[in-house]
Amino acid sequence: MSKYVIIGGSVGGIGAVEAIRELDPVGTITVVAEEPFPQYSRPMIADFLSKEANMDRMKYRDNRFWKENRVQAFIGRKAVKINLKERHVELDGEDRISFEKLLIATGGKPFVPKMEGMEKDGLFTFTKLSDAVWIATRMRKAKKAVVIGGGLIGVSVTEALVKLGIKVTMVELKDRILSLILDATASAIITKAIEKAGVTIITGQTVQQILGKREDEDAVGGVILTDGREVPCDIVVIAIGVIPRTELVAETEIKVNRGIVVDRFMRTSVPDVYACGDVAEGYDFIVGESRVLPLWPVAHMGGRVAGYNMAGKRTEYLGGTSMSALPYFGIPTITVGVVDPKEDAGYEVLTRHDAAGNVYKKIVLKDNVIVGSTFVNEIERAGIFFHLMKNRVDTSSFKQRLLAEDFGLISLPQPLRQKMLLGEVA
Amino acid sequence: MGCGLCEVYCTVQHSKSKDIVKAYKREWPRPLTRVRVEEDRPSSFAVQCRQCEDSPCVVACLSGAMHLDEETGLVIHDAEKCMGCWTCIMVCPYGAIKMDVSSRKVVAKCDLCPELDVPACVANCPNEALVYQEVKP
Repeated sequence: MSKYVIIGGSVGGIGAVEAIRELDPVGTITVVAEEPFPQYSRPMIADFLSKEANMDRMKYRDNRFWKENRVQAFIGRKAVKINLKERHVELDGEDRISFEKLLIATGGKPFVPKMEGMEKDGLFTFTKLSDAVWIATRMRKAKKAVVIGGGLIGVSVTEALVKLGIKVTMVELKDRILSLILDATASAIITKAIEKAGVTIITGQTVQQILGKREDEDAVGGVILTDGREVPCDIVVIAIGVIPRTELVAETEIKVNRGIVVDRFMRTSVPDVYACGDVAEGYDFIVGESRVLPLWPVAHMGGRVAGYNMAGKRTEYLGGTSMSALPYFGIPTITVGVVDPKEDAGYEVLTRHDAAGNVYKKIVLKDNVIVGSTFVNEIERAGIFFHLMKNRVDTSSFKQRLLAEDFGLISLPQPLRQKMLLGEVA
Repeated sequence: MGCGLCEVYCTVQHSKSKDIVKAYKREWPRPLTRVRVEEDRPSSFAVQCRQCEDSPCVVACLSGAMHLDEETGLVIHDAEKCMGCWTCIMVCPYGAIKMDVSSRKVVAKCDLCPELDVPACVANCPNEALVYQEVKP
């Protein structure tokens, strides 16, 4: 019997453990983590692949984390069944763990579409440390790679491969890379930098077939695109996106939409069962409804809120949104919320584009409230905008200053500034 | 007054030489000020890390470099662990985190000058506009 059982040892589970321990120093916590090395930073696997980070730097929390928080950690074990009636979790092997409160933080898994020839050796995904380790092993004899997908994961693995001296071709189905989080102007700035690094970007295409090598039919030797073009390569990385790992709750009464449905307290439809992170559909404060947001900081926020509520402190989840900082290819970029609003939908758009300096800023407003912000190459103080967005601040009295080069706290109305500096607003 | 001396002393304090001329003219990597003076006459003030209790930067940090020191309750940044992803910059409500890219890609923020009794910006503020005092949460 464990008071708290957490399935998943990544950032959602870690956030929950830390929150629970703030409130309840003695209640028993059990964590079941599938990966042999759970407390590492998944966003850092690209740095591991490029050899900029070793195992030690990869640690999100140090090795003593589980012990110091008095967690019974089943590391390298898999939860195979949740029995809601008897309130226990079954692990691979014989173990059963009873719970009072359960958190499902099983994360996401890469989406892999069916392609002809995908059984060949040399096909990878890129979301876990083991993926980076496998690719790194393979790199010794690889010279060319095809990356399918021009989203965050695709761009990050491309950068790592370029650093290793690999010739990369990126294949993106949409008309531009990073299309979900950047508008055409911002995407073009990054595209230019990636191409300058020697990467070939092909848009409007995807891979329909994986080819073998002439000398070894079972090893990846190239791909055929939708238009019939052939691109030779030694490895293929599938980086199309991640989908919630909901298998564990599939045969339970826990309500699942695309991800596990949770309320503003990270509770699922079943009492005492919570969910957070990539497996859940948490609240999006810009969209005003819940959706899957597979992002590390969002998983951490949700995990913390779940932990507080599990330990009995009623805590409302303020929500996340589509929010990403991009450090890739020397173009620091921050993008939050709505990036490319439909015309005539009542949005107001402010932009500043200094083409020579490669600086681009865009603010999207609705009824004088900022609902989207993009910053390329000048990102310091972007957090002030995040704050204004999260608190739905009416910007009508200082709107004309939003894109000023010296925009800062001083540009805000004095009462708001005062509140912020006194720490009175979240 | 907006004199900017806090920025100067902060830069020097975070330099290798601790010498104002060397810090500004000769040192590489460039030492960075972690305090910023904002001005809109007649108002001006200095902004640095507010050491938030429920720190957005700590929660958002992708690598674990930004963390809360359990003893002091201060927000500490471990540059060795930082991967320079800029996620903390995205969520800091005060815009108090800077990019530090002169040697490698990391962020920098106010550390309250751990080797001094009173932070350099406070000690050298000619108008005593900056004060340093402990607050109990």
